[in-house]
Amino acid sequence: MASISRASRSKMGFHHVRRFASQATKPRRLNVPIDFAKTPLLHHSRETLSQTPGLPTDGPSTRKNLFQSVNDALRTALGASNKVLCFGEDVAFGGVFRCTTGLQNDFGPHRVFNTPITEQGIVGAAIGAAAEGMKPVVEIQFADYVFPAFDQIVNEAAKFRYREGKTGGNVGGLVIRMPCGGVGHGALYHTQSPESLFGHVPGFRVVVPRSPSQAKGLLLSAILESQDPVIFMEPKILYRAAVEEVPDESYTLPISKAEVIRPGNDITIISYGRPLYTCMAAIEAAERDRPGLSVELIDLRTIFPWDRQTILDSVAKTGRALVVHESMVNFGVGSEIAATIQEHNLLKMKAPVKRVAGWTTHTGLAYEKYIFPDVARVYDAILESKDY
Amino acid sequence: MKSRALRHVALRRAVLSRPQAVPFALRSASSLSQRPNSDFVSFPGALKSAFTTTLKFEAPESYPALPTYRVVDQHGAVVDESFKPDISDEEVIRLYKDMVFISIMDLIMFDAQRQGRLSFYMVSAGEEAVSIGSSSVLDREDVMFCQYREQGVFKERGWTAKEFMGQLFANKRDPGRGRSMPVHYGSKELNIHSISSPLATQLPQASGAAYALKMQRLQDPNVKPRVVAAFFGEGAASEGDFHAALNIAATRSCPVIFICRNNGYAISTPTLDQYRGDGIASRGIGYGIDTIRIDGNDIWAVREATKKAREMALQDGGKPVLIEAMTYRVSHHSTSDDSFAYRARVEVEDWKRRDNPITRLRKWMEAKGIWDETKEKEARDSLRKEILKAFSEAEREKKPPIRAMFEDVYEELTEDLKAQMAELKEMLDKYPEEYDVAEYEGGKDSLKP
Repeated sequence: MASISRASRSKMGFHHVRRFASQATKPRRLNVPIDFAKTPLLHHSRETLSQTPGLPTDGPSTRKNLFQSVNDALRTALGASNKVLCFGEDVAFGGVFRCTTGLQNDFGPHRVFNTPITEQGIVGAAIGAAAEGMKPVVEIQFADYVFPAFDQIVNEAAKFRYREGKTGGNVGGLVIRMPCGGVGHGALYHTQSPESLFGHVPGFRVVVPRSPSQAKGLLLSAILESQDPVIFMEPKILYRAAVEEVPDESYTLPISKAEVIRPGNDITIISYGRPLYTCMAAIEAAERDRPGLSVELIDLRTIFPWDRQTILDSVAKTGRALVVHESMVNFGVGSEIAATIQEHNLLKMKAPVKRVAGWTTHTGLAYEKYIFPDVARVYDAILESKDY
Repeated sequence: MKSRALRHVALRRAVLSRPQAVPFALRSASSLSQRPNSDFVSFPGALKSAFTTTLKFEAPESYPALPTYRVVDQHGAVVDESFKPDISDEEVIRLYKDMVFISIMDLIMFDAQRQGRLSFYMVSAGEEAVSIGSSSVLDREDVMFCQYREQGVFKERGWTAKEFMGQLFANKRDPGRGRSMPVHYGSKELNIHSISSPLATQLPQASGAAYALKMQRLQDPNVKPRVVAAFFGEGAASEGDFHAALNIAATRSCPVIFICRNNGYAISTPTLDQYRGDGIASRGIGYGIDTIRIDGNDIWAVREATKKAREMALQDGGKPVLIEAMTYRVSHHSTSDDSFAYRARVEVEDWKRRDNPITRLRKWMEAKGIWDETKEKEARDSLRKEILKAFSEAEREKKPPIRAMFEDVYEELTEDLKAQMAELKEMLDKYPEEYDVAEYEGGKDSLKP
């Protein structure tokens, strides 16, 4: 799959608009590819690091993409504690997305190793190792393939501390990493984002980072600090696309805490992972077209248990909310957030909460660009909400 | 370009800091260059396979069933002449009493469930020797994962009637804080992880736990060598987790002993509907795991095999071992099951009469002159009293505080959980007559923030 994501990166450079001589050449205004070199969501220089709460600003930093920062976090964690183990399918040579590159060489084949192809076995073994005090950071090659491990996740890991009770047994050191989300051509089984399924299971913390610097801080927090098991979902389309300055030192960012990326007064957009870039582009377009409009953008960061207060405070201020995610709209993260908003902020709302998310279908190869929220859909939702 | 440059740096650093002492356990295919007419081919998937020019499929029937190891026959007579008891007469009597304890507790609790005083129960009749025999030769610090029919392990490791009853009645003494169904025991002191209902999930966990123990010793040679033991039934072995567990344990060389209780039935399903191979043991070999089949009604065979298995599991830096203990599930599957709906009563009676781990050890002890009818009666009377006393005490004990239902989902109560706890408290305040909070420790006050 490394080849797929390489291919998608090369596509990034082109505006996929076919032009024929007989057609008028009207350039697209909204649905143009995200320019990751310019998006304000990434720290293109060290100077902006201080704008993200929790990022260290004093020490040196290095430009890294998402897979390099995940690798940096794993390397940091392996160096910080000899309880940390990394295993999964094909992690020994560096992983199909290069996230574990060099780790086996540096930390030895006993701490970084391949497993047989068995997702239930990988998670089951990780639960056992964590129960004996280790910190296994295991990889499911694609979030689409986590389902064989669902029983171990839902019935075992999530309930482990609860059923052990006073024995104090728990699997707090466990982290399950998995590449997730659309990549343009992943079709049915290299595209899914099952975060809302995990959100229906008490016991895990479910984290989705949006950028290299955030991924490092959240992953280190998950591995070294969290006493609860963590599902860490990495938007694979960002592995190579998102490049920014990442502080070299070891640092952590808080789990179950949202981040207000961009303050605004009229509408709150809540999203996480890759669609945040879409939201940002849509906000810029909407604010350009509607002078005076001011949109607040919030990165949820942790899907569950989520930071209700930050979202409710923001929506109480703006009175309008959009939730944007790739995974299916029905029973998705947006449903939970919308329900919570109406429960707590009903009288402050000026428009219904709008969910801009994947359609209720599977991600057929040829239709991906129509299924996921794009800039036009988010742009349209912003204006619809404002004009309600 | 950027990424390639970085990878280069990482590689160079790797060369500089290559670990010195860690042996590489990687297997690589032998050289591709072969002599002409070589008898072996170097396909990486099966390194020592010789060529054959005979077209022949291997048929399971052409292999004899794996033998069943026994030390003492059903009359209590020693059949393995090399066998010498490795424990004192007092120790043998203790193990015998543990088996009797479990069988008496089973009868009492089964009836208690029938009377509606307990929600559920599962007996382990006929299988007492597997759990107690194996536990008795493992180190107290060896980590255990059970399925649910291994009460004997808890008894052998020192659980008292009071501790069993605390869990069974989900009262405030239950380490599991009243959260799991009866028989889902767990104990930190005994190094036994809490039992969960989903079958076979404990098996890959056991492999991972064994790997952790191996790593801890590798990182600090002063750490005591330990193994993990994992119990499961022959029905659970059909789950994918069994496959995952054995394969991972073998490829990662984990010091784990898998102990299968093959008792002939998975609820109503006879083994004929469960598998068509030679039981569970024959599969171990396929995974590259040292395997033995034993007579599970012979506590001495269980002890000898488990003792040896533990030794082997710690050899060569660690490896898994599989034991298939043949027994017969004398009882119903659980209190929710009437087994005479799918098997003949006479078959069960036959097994009870013909062979039973408790009577077999009793015959051995009587032949040795260390047990008789009087001692038997005394032991049974006092065990019965102990259990009944704990039973009635446990029944009267309060349940854990209601608050415990919200705790331990996460290390700390989340905002959601705090809000829901307050919501429940409001309901209890508003509709006091609708709820019976008095049986819980502290009543509704435990829900205060």
